[in-house]
Amino acid sequence: MTQLIPPLATKALSDCAAPPARVVLRERGQREVFCGLTSIMWLHRKMQDAFFLIVGSRTCAHLMQSAAGVMIFAEPRFATAIIEERDLAGMADINEELNKTVARLLERRPEIKLLFLVGSCPSEVIKLDLGRAAERLSMTYTPRVRILNYSGSGIETTFTQGEDACLTAMVPEMPASDAAGLVVVGALADVVEDQFSRIFEALGIGPVHFLPSRKAGMQVPVGSNTKFLLAQPWLRDTARALEARGAVHLPALFPLGAEGTTAWLKAAADAFGVPEERFNAVTEMPRARATRALGRYADTLASKSLFCFPDSQLEIPLARFLSRELGMTLTEVGTPYLHAGHMADELALLPQDVRLSEGQDVDLQLDRCREVRPDITLCGMGLANPLEDEGLTTKWSIELVFTPIQGYEQCGDLAELFARPLIRRTRLAV
Amino acid sequence: MQLTVWTYEGPPHIGAMRIATAMEGLHYVLHAPQGDTYADLLFTMIERRAKRPPVTYTTFEARDLGSDTAEIFKSAARGAYERFQPQAMIVGASCTAELIQDDPGGLTKALDLPIPVIALELPSYSKKENWGASETFYRLVRGLATEQPKGAPNRLTRPICNVLGPTALGFRHRDDVREITGLLFQLGIDVNVVAPLGATPHDLTRLPAADFNVSLYPEIADVAVRFLEKEFGQPYTKTIPIGVGATNDFIIEVCGLAGIEVPDLSAFASNMPWWSRSVDSNYLTGKRVFIFGDGTHALAAARVASDELAFTVVGLGCYNREFARPVREAATELGLEALITDDYLEVEAAIERLQPELILGTQMERHIAKRLGIPCAVISAPVHVQDFPARYAPQMGFEGANVLFDTWVHPLIMGLEEHLLGMFREDFEFNDTAGASHLGGHGAADKLSDLASVAAEGGEGVAAVLHWAPEAENELKKIPFFVRGKARRNTEAFARDKHLETITLETLYDAKASYGR
Repeated sequence: MTQLIPPLATKALSDCAAPPARVVLRERGQREVFCGLTSIMWLHRKMQDAFFLIVGSRTCAHLMQSAAGVMIFAEPRFATAIIEERDLAGMADINEELNKTVARLLERRPEIKLLFLVGSCPSEVIKLDLGRAAERLSMTYTPRVRILNYSGSGIETTFTQGEDACLTAMVPEMPASDAAGLVVVGALADVVEDQFSRIFEALGIGPVHFLPSRKAGMQVPVGSNTKFLLAQPWLRDTARALEARGAVHLPALFPLGAEGTTAWLKAAADAFGVPEERFNAVTEMPRARATRALGRYADTLASKSLFCFPDSQLEIPLARFLSRELGMTLTEVGTPYLHAGHMADELALLPQDVRLSEGQDVDLQLDRCREVRPDITLCGMGLANPLEDEGLTTKWSIELVFTPIQGYEQCGDLAELFARPLIRRTRLAV
Repeated sequence: MQLTVWTYEGPPHIGAMRIATAMEGLHYVLHAPQGDTYADLLFTMIERRAKRPPVTYTTFEARDLGSDTAEIFKSAARGAYERFQPQAMIVGASCTAELIQDDPGGLTKALDLPIPVIALELPSYSKKENWGASETFYRLVRGLATEQPKGAPNRLTRPICNVLGPTALGFRHRDDVREITGLLFQLGIDVNVVAPLGATPHDLTRLPAADFNVSLYPEIADVAVRFLEKEFGQPYTKTIPIGVGATNDFIIEVCGLAGIEVPDLSAFASNMPWWSRSVDSNYLTGKRVFIFGDGTHALAAARVASDELAFTVVGLGCYNREFARPVREAATELGLEALITDDYLEVEAAIERLQPELILGTQMERHIAKRLGIPCAVISAPVHVQDFPARYAPQMGFEGANVLFDTWVHPLIMGLEEHLLGMFREDFEFNDTAGASHLGGHGAADKLSDLASVAAEGGEGVAAVLHWAPEAENELKKIPFFVRGKARRNTEAFARDKHLETITLETLYDAKASYGR
């Protein structure tokens, strides 16, 4: 059942005539989603000499330790400065407290090169100006530590938008350069980053930089000869900030599945004038491997219906991959935000009859899910066990942001994430 | 402003959720920004609950702040009532909503819902999870309990009590309730209501029908049972039945409150006393144990550890200041200074300094123990998915005492095994760098010794780097690995004390003589 579109067919998809307008169900009600702070979970693993200091409440600290069970890292590169009652009494006091907290932290962790002051719901509501605090503290700690700020608050960001806000804060720090180059934007697992680096090298595309990079010291240059690919679908503001610095976005499918990865690489190859034959020669082997890996799951996943609750904004590219390369049937695909521009290529490949929804009223969406009774439901951890108890098979969406899923070599792993819950259901006899 | 990485307690509205989720027919409408819904996964993932917590969040966003968040709250409360049809509702705010001062209580009152609505004031910037749970339970009891004829209507001959305190996400609350209600039944005492776990708002109205209350977890129930005593004249239990001795004391206490004769205590069987007295348990005697948890569980563990396992308690503390006083008193009796802190780094420092052979703590201490290669058993919340076992594993009552013996002793090396380790330590196949099997066998053996050296070097600020003579170093390797760290640390401290630069074979044995075991 594997449907592989040959790479040439995806060429310049964005130049095609606009697909017919889709009806998108937009809902506002209870949203069962994480706030932007949660993206620190992978950002702090990715940027090895950066530290994330959340200025927030006990709730923020509790979220961080509960959301992903990250307590295995005895001393992670994030912490919460908990605002207390006496801090709320007067603003002068709270800035002084923040200075002291940062001093204490940097004393404990001398290896930190980049410190993010991360705004939260309470810090935003009391209008604590972390931008000014970052400037003030920078004067003290430059050049040893760079201090930036962004907001990961739930009132402004949903889950992966926290990464968007973080990277946006880094863009003004990027050194200007007129040299031609490619920037891959969006945190990727190191193993995936290395695979893409090798492919770009084989294609003769370079220099290639990754934002965020593993070390804060690894500067990513930007200018009007910079082209950038988005590796993740949640980077609206980062893309805009890069464009303001003169960089040019290369629209493409997102690198999920063989088709997505090929189209994504092809966008760069075309922009850098890589000959067709060379592109095919470089991608042929990994493409074939990906097809083989996907073949193992075709029987399990073909014709199975999928319902996606909104979570990371990966839902649309995932749905495209699962329907086109594994033959799954899409019922509803929910996303916290629908960025029509970045999603144009993706949407063009989705079947017309899929219900797209943006935002959430969780009780109404649960009603729809129960009515559809999909073979598999992609949802957050708060909903998964209750739905399993109702006899529905689920896949927790958070795994998709913690697991390497992009690129050719991960196609099989990505399919397996969806196949396993279905296989389990057929095997368990209790 | 407090700098923290891991916290022992969540914010107070999480405590309120633990009450709401424990109960049936109660709904919680929480004014909270988008993202606070993470709390659902505590219950659905950690506790593996098959139902969503009965909580409706308003999940307002920045753009709502400029318009009307109060209207969002009202429509959420109205919607929740219509959809879930609860017997009663609690309403309140999380930390962010507290700042915007929308007054959930007043707003819900204006809706004029045909059910009791209890407004919660849980100050997020000064209080924590246990306080929030306790306050919520008290508000519910105060708001719902109504005067009842005393005694059970159809079983007038048997005394009757309530069992109060168990919640959702509690440490073994599910199994403790089963164990203790079973014990009460055996004693001839009926249970009127167990709350909040499994109770409905309607059940809470019937609380005053009981003769007395069993306060199972003072962290949750203390304020409520004091209120019930004052308002309805119900006395309550002070003994927490953890361990054989405390369970016996508990039986005596409840029989007193119930006005029945205390039965022959030897009729209640627990394996624990014999397990502790059997010869293999000689190796437990004097094991140095560090105890940290919530006040109630830490106190109980200290008694069991010293009186029922003959351990030596070398450290005792709790993270909830509300229970600091009794923990301080118990520590003083043991000749210790209690560690009262909610900063896990302080706890870690105390453990590194004391080098215990066993840690009885929370999930936090489990992580510290893992890092330091010290055996550990969990005795208290905060909890982890592992603390919700599939099997029946109470902490309380006589079966609970059996569970304590097993879970505290299994991380240690068994007595016989300890001798064998001594006998075969020179065996070429018995390579101690392979690590201890009971710790997963991942070469954990040398962590202690590494740690000891690091701590010794960093601790004193003494410039002199101690040199180990090769024959002393070799001799050290002959000491079983599980005490080698301590031997190294003691020897180095001894050498530093004597201003020695080189540790010889003589120094090693001089130190051994001066420290004893």
